[in-house]
Amino acid sequence: MTLKLSNAQIAWRAAQDIADGAYVNLGIGFPEMVAQYQPPGRHAIFHTENGILNFGEAPEKGSEDWDLINAGKKAVGLKPGAAFFHHADSFAMVRGGHLDVAILGAYQVAENGDLANWSTGPKGVPAVGGAMDLVHGAKRVAVITDHVTKDGKPKLVKRCTLPLTGVGCVTRVYTSLAVIDIQDGHFVLREKLAALSLEDLQAQTGATLHLSGPIGDLVIPELSDD
Amino acid sequence: MDKAFASLSGAVAGIEDGATVMIGGFGGSGAPIELTHAMIDRFLATGSPRNLTIVNNNAGNGHVGLAALIEHGMVKKLICSFPRSADPRVFTEKYLAREIELELVPQGTLAERIRAGGAGIPAFYTPTAYGTELANGKVIATFDGRYYVQERWLKADFALVKAHMGDRHGNLTYNKAARNFNPLMCMAAVVTIAQVSRLVEPGALDPEHIITPGIFVQGLVEVADPQQEELLNRAGAQYP
Repeated sequence: MTLKLSNAQIAWRAAQDIADGAYVNLGIGFPEMVAQYQPPGRHAIFHTENGILNFGEAPEKGSEDWDLINAGKKAVGLKPGAAFFHHADSFAMVRGGHLDVAILGAYQVAENGDLANWSTGPKGVPAVGGAMDLVHGAKRVAVITDHVTKDGKPKLVKRCTLPLTGVGCVTRVYTSLAVIDIQDGHFVLREKLAALSLEDLQAQTGATLHLSGPIGDLVIPELSDD
Repeated sequence: MDKAFASLSGAVAGIEDGATVMIGGFGGSGAPIELTHAMIDRFLATGSPRNLTIVNNNAGNGHVGLAALIEHGMVKKLICSFPRSADPRVFTEKYLAREIELELVPQGTLAERIRAGGAGIPAFYTPTAYGTELANGKVIATFDGRYYVQERWLKADFALVKAHMGDRHGNLTYNKAARNFNPLMCMAAVVTIAQVSRLVEPGALDPEHIITPGIFVQGLVEVADPQQEELLNRAGAQYP
């Protein structure tokens, strides 16, 4: 019985919704895992903020080209049909509505679609990068996240209490327990782990889960979380 | 026409105290390390330039390049989107000690502000940062039912960039993703100095392949085998 999905399994579920040929930006860190789980025969084209379309796997250690990195500053390779461009063009792709999907991490997502994913408060050195740009313009802005924080508090909330990245921007959330859409200011439950009751899921969610149509079972293959 | 300098020291000789200097690159990719180090050499020899305002996506990594510039106390203010890196200690310590000022700008807004500066557009509206603390105090307007934040152009006295090939007219090409902010910064500075891995004669570059036209470049200097920040950091390098 699955009690909670691993990060790899959450990434796998998000990858199933990416169409062949889609232009996709994956946030730094956890969202980058989504690229590993595209269904056979589907090839999305991945965008990185620092100016590459259609980058791919990292080269072997020792043969990196440090002029060829992604937004996480990791060395990458190129696939056939790759393109380079400068930063203004890169963010024109982002804000201009040219990306099909952006998949991001989250500290909190609110039922009105607000996202908090860049700052946990005024301590330390603030850093925003491209987070505030990425939430605008993609046709779908999806979040992948654990359903609750490390100490068990809901990450899906009525209103974000942490500093916002963007307002009303998230359209779908893939969590360790469920798949939830955001529609008209509400969380709408689409899929949940079969072993989890609706009551248990609601208890771990900070705002009301609305039902609209059938709720699917969230069934994910066993995957190693590396 | 010949915009080439014979030396790195000659290329950075005109940068004055208090100048705003854009430094190209995204992390180490496309970062003009040798030009940055030439500024440090001049500072250590003469005490200038100092009190600089630096525009860069990041805040340096390790103890070379931009991090070394900050470490030597040459930087008064940094305008950037992401002041973190694998080894951000130099900036972090100065920031927490209030010895350096930070203007944090979302990455796409930073790019567009620089582009606008180079294109003669004093302000523009963007959806980015609307409703967040980074829009505090800024003009908000609605267009077709959506909210947008007014952002100002960003210009500089100098831009230091790294390119791959350059001809004596200042026409530039770049290497892979090392392009990033460099072509934008070339446009936005009064004086742009490019370090190029290969300096060639006018006519040697195919005009179809030129990314930065020479009108945006005032000087260039050949650095045949430029260092990479990532490799310097892996070797534990410090500058000087």
